[in-house]
Amino acid sequence: MTTHRARTAAFAAVLTAAALSLSACGSAGTASTAGASGGAKDAKTATSAADFGGMDALVAAAKKEGTLNAITLPRDWANYGAIMDAFTAKYGIKIQDENPDGSSQDEINAITSRKDQDRAPDVVDLGSAFALSAASQGLLAPYKVTGFDQIPDSMKDATGLSYNDYGGYMSIGCDAKKVAVCPKNFSDLLNPAYKGMVALNGDPTKAGAAFGAVYAAALANGGSLDNIQPGIDFFGKLKKAGNFNPVEVTPATIQKGETPISVDWSYLNAGYTDKFASQGIQWQVSIPSDGSYAQYYNQAINKWAPHPAAARLWEEYLYSADGQNGFLKGYATPALFDAMKTAGTLDPTAVSKLPTVTKPFTTFPTQAQTDAAKKVVTQNWAAAIAG
Amino acid sequence: MNDTAPTPVPSPAATETLSGGAGAVSTALRTPTPTTAKRLRPRGGAWLATLPLLIFFAIGFGLPAIAIAIGAFTTSDDSPGGGGTFTLSNITDSVQGAYWTALLGSIKLAALTALIGTIVGLPLAQAIATSRFRLVREFVRSGSGVLANFGGVPLAFMFVATLGNAGEVTQKLDLTKHGWSLYSFTGLSVVYLYFLIPLMILTITPALEGLRVQWREAAANNGATTLQYWRHVGLPILLPSLLGGYILLFGSAFAAYATAAAMVGASVPLISLQISNALSGNVLVGQGNLALALGLDMIVIAVLVMAIYLPLQRRSAKWLA
Repeated sequence: MTTHRARTAAFAAVLTAAALSLSACGSAGTASTAGASGGAKDAKTATSAADFGGMDALVAAAKKEGTLNAITLPRDWANYGAIMDAFTAKYGIKIQDENPDGSSQDEINAITSRKDQDRAPDVVDLGSAFALSAASQGLLAPYKVTGFDQIPDSMKDATGLSYNDYGGYMSIGCDAKKVAVCPKNFSDLLNPAYKGMVALNGDPTKAGAAFGAVYAAALANGGSLDNIQPGIDFFGKLKKAGNFNPVEVTPATIQKGETPISVDWSYLNAGYTDKFASQGIQWQVSIPSDGSYAQYYNQAINKWAPHPAAARLWEEYLYSADGQNGFLKGYATPALFDAMKTAGTLDPTAVSKLPTVTKPFTTFPTQAQTDAAKKVVTQNWAAAIAG
Repeated sequence: MNDTAPTPVPSPAATETLSGGAGAVSTALRTPTPTTAKRLRPRGGAWLATLPLLIFFAIGFGLPAIAIAIGAFTTSDDSPGGGGTFTLSNITDSVQGAYWTALLGSIKLAALTALIGTIVGLPLAQAIATSRFRLVREFVRSGSGVLANFGGVPLAFMFVATLGNAGEVTQKLDLTKHGWSLYSFTGLSVVYLYFLIPLMILTITPALEGLRVQWREAAANNGATTLQYWRHVGLPILLPSLLGGYILLFGSAFAAYATAAAMVGASVPLISLQISNALSGNVLVGQGNLALALGLDMIVIAVLVMAIYLPLQRRSAKWLA
């Protein structure tokens, strides 16, 4: 099914590309080929805007390419819809977002299977494990954005292969119209009043958000970054109590009222508040203090990006004040949050709207800890939740 | 249609291929239409006609199967130790723990829903096939065609909206209090039957239409009751088609993925979901070849099922020759 979807997407991409080349025939078509052969060599190996000869030259090179191939960026995820629109409006570069609901693995597959093709993704937004794996496989191009030095060391690859872009806390979203008292912490979720209500954003062996929820539940129940089992046990208990709802949370299930309580990233849950306010759904978000867990996603450039300059300009844009505030408006915490706070460039209204965090999460799990936790979840999740 | 020109005995395609030349001759004799008469040709070059199919089969099925088999026994490209070296760990992992549970879960679900689908589908199809109203027959047949292909997320969401926890029907009839849950093995079976029963009707109707009225009359003339007719005449003749239908339903349910993924997640362990988790996720890295091993397990199951089906089918096909 997934390959089928990917194939459909690829097919659609080919069709789009064909349609584009047809409609843009003549001068525009030849111009872009000339641009690619002329500036591409530099663009492909450029590791900073200075390599182009400054921002203006980078913008010019990217404009010449005219298109950016993005992949798996849902419009309602961390405000990506608005960010993409703003980028296109600012630079006149069209963004083709392929397979918006795909996963990190789909992004890696697209890079490896479409090497040197025009429809390969230029830029990817990866979960941490995938960013590390892709970097070690040599799939990514090193590039340092202008604000690279301001990204904390723990949040970036020193050579610029990938770096954190935005992150959020694990949160509990709740439809206040359907639920009399909204749960605030993991311990509240076991309340018999929430029968069949508590849902996740997928299966924790597949969806990063659900995996984060299990990690957070582990921290809430005596576990640690080294021990995720209490989180699995917690959801097992939730299942036994009849409160666990296996439906995958989507905007549609929230709208229908099928998933009245959802444990998901704070930027998704907070985004639903805006999205559904007009439809009479009072979506409330709280970040549990008993299981405080946060995670960042990572930004990277495909080594064989068909639009190398546009890819680099996209990175520059995402790490500009506009781009970072764009994430912030989507209730996500941007990587440059602290630096921008000092510089005073943060959007104050967006900051004030972020859900309150009572217990900050400071230490991220190491790669070894995450790997061990995944193994445990893969082995024990189905058994805990089955039946 | 079957009043005017007698149709060959059920499952014409299967009978022809299995009984070879003799079958072709008898079919041609029974249905003297110009197209089938042309098939009476020297046998020598007949295999040439199957060449495109064989080539298609080799490319469409053979090559991927070989690729899966190779992948299942090597390490993934993105695994920590590098890719391409021989390993048995994918295969051994795939038949252990959660993956083994999922494989058994899939077999259980497919076997059960296919059985129910066959048992429910047969009388329904018979009722429709013998209906005197041509419009009803046509309507049900095209309707079945649509429903048999109605799967995936739309189907799941349709059921979620009607029979889910907050579903319209669930709330109106207070089904949750009576122990109903869509998100269980039972619930998933019900959803699968929604497309399996139409699939059975679609598959079995041509065979039912091939049952000639004369046989029934002959049985009645010899004093057979309806039950005896079905026991000794109807069902034995239908058996190959019924078996074929069951296998088709089994395969359909065994390979179904999107509906279950959207509806039950991991709460009903299924092999297709595990493959998807290993192959395209946000969590597991370097599991691609484990997914191939799981796929190989599924192929083995399918081959085993076919291995049981083919001799049975051939045996019952003998009665029809």
